[in-house]
Amino acid sequence: MARILSLSEAVAELVGDGDVVALEGFTHLIPVAAGHEIIRQGRKDLTLCRMTPDIVYDQLIGAGCARKLVFSWGGNPGVGSLHRFRDAVQHSWPVPLEIEEHSHAGMANRYAAGASGLPFAVLRGYLGTDLPEHTESIKTVECPFTGERLVAVPALNPDVGIVHAQQADREGNVQMWGITGVQKETVLASTRSLVTVEEVVDELTPRPGAVVLPKWVVNAVAEVPGGSRPSYAQDYYERDNSYYQEWDPIARDRESFEQWLRTEVFEQAERSAR
Amino acid sequence: MTFTADEMMTVAAARTLRDGAACFVGIGLPSTAANLARRTHAPDLVLIYESGTIGTKPDRLPLSIGDGVLAETADSVVSVPEIFNYWLQPGRIDFGFLGGAQLDRFGNINSTVIGDYDDPKVRLPGAGGAPEIAANCKEVLVVMRQSTRSFVEQVDFVSSVGYGSGKGDREKHGLRGSGPRKVITDLGVLEPDPETCELTLTALSPGVEAEQVRAATGWDLKVAGSPAVEEPPTETELTVLRELKATIEKGTA
Repeated sequence: MARILSLSEAVAELVGDGDVVALEGFTHLIPVAAGHEIIRQGRKDLTLCRMTPDIVYDQLIGAGCARKLVFSWGGNPGVGSLHRFRDAVQHSWPVPLEIEEHSHAGMANRYAAGASGLPFAVLRGYLGTDLPEHTESIKTVECPFTGERLVAVPALNPDVGIVHAQQADREGNVQMWGITGVQKETVLASTRSLVTVEEVVDELTPRPGAVVLPKWVVNAVAEVPGGSRPSYAQDYYERDNSYYQEWDPIARDRESFEQWLRTEVFEQAERSAR
Repeated sequence: MTFTADEMMTVAAARTLRDGAACFVGIGLPSTAANLARRTHAPDLVLIYESGTIGTKPDRLPLSIGDGVLAETADSVVSVPEIFNYWLQPGRIDFGFLGGAQLDRFGNINSTVIGDYDDPKVRLPGAGGAPEIAANCKEVLVVMRQSTRSFVEQVDFVSSVGYGSGKGDREKHGLRGSGPRKVITDLGVLEPDPETCELTLTALSPGVEAEQVRAATGWDLKVAGSPAVEEPPTETELTVLRELKATIEKGTA
């Protein structure tokens, strides 16, 4: 049953060193503040999962929180590469980073299988690419009905799933709308879950097309206004496109990145409202 | 009106998209071309982005695949598992648009690494949605600037399959879409040879010579008997394209 906690309490309680952690959000509603809190609490040896590792994963990787990355596209959208991610893969800085690389369809299906309580998912994908040669978690299966050869990928069941939403009520029921990506699957696939929200309201107003996560599938809700900046929260604030461009020179250089970590993460208080 | 090689490339890509078709759009050049098509000859072009927005009609160019404007103007917004499983996978999408860092003579694309996978010279973002777009769309269009660095004899990593190692390879892998039908570059257009599936120069941008294109290609590029010359962009195409580009510059200021 969901409890409403501060962000620092929630991260301290739910995220441990060595955990498999997924922070999801497809461009929209990225749980950035939660990522910063993980850095601030000095978590280590995490296996980080995310379809589209972007700035917040560049930050977690550069801060040395991750031992392994499970992903399908790692870049700064519309800008270019993730320089901390590159530095970790190419030069093991600050620590070596193992990678497990998939396609978007493969990752989405892995979460869906995890949410469904199945050991694996089946899809038409990957065949003919070089990904199966380098990623052990891509295999083929024969359809028992038609004999067709299809691809199987194992369920992804993170220890902790973290997402950001627009609203929760005081009981901890969560509602998000707009582009909701793979967040429902992530929460349902994970052993524990944390949802940061823009605001806690007395009552959730039903919205067409919204995703509702009932309180009994969520462990903790933290009220963190602005918690997905520089990503956006539809009907709350827009994407800060210039931040994504400004990130590029900060991340290119180890010293400027470490300076950023000090002033923007370690010297900042956690960001929850209460 | 005078125009740049990039503008010619974007216009040529837009013209390939027929009205009423469904198009799976990637960010960057493909998104610009698809939005240009929708504002010129193809008002009923259905734009689908992998973030789950179906039939979106953005009034400005999105900077990322999941911009709010895509959701706000969509016929429907679905989850990411749904967009890949229900919409892309069954082959109901007509055009998939791809780009990449490297492309080879059989239209295979690399967006993963330059150099060795385990010890890369350059680690690129990775495949994202491309492997399944290349496998499952009815037709694939590739838009890329042409140079010997990007048009190579053999890609360092196959992120998405064109024609594999030649004719018949797609069928062998069970890929149901027909593969890359056109590679549109800043110098001209390459199309697969009907017999061998090797990419062959079939059209030139105005003012470009075939030898120039061969010199910008990392393999011994074959040239169709007498390559066509692309129609220069019309005044309307150029005006709309420049208006579109202005929306993205404004958005990032």
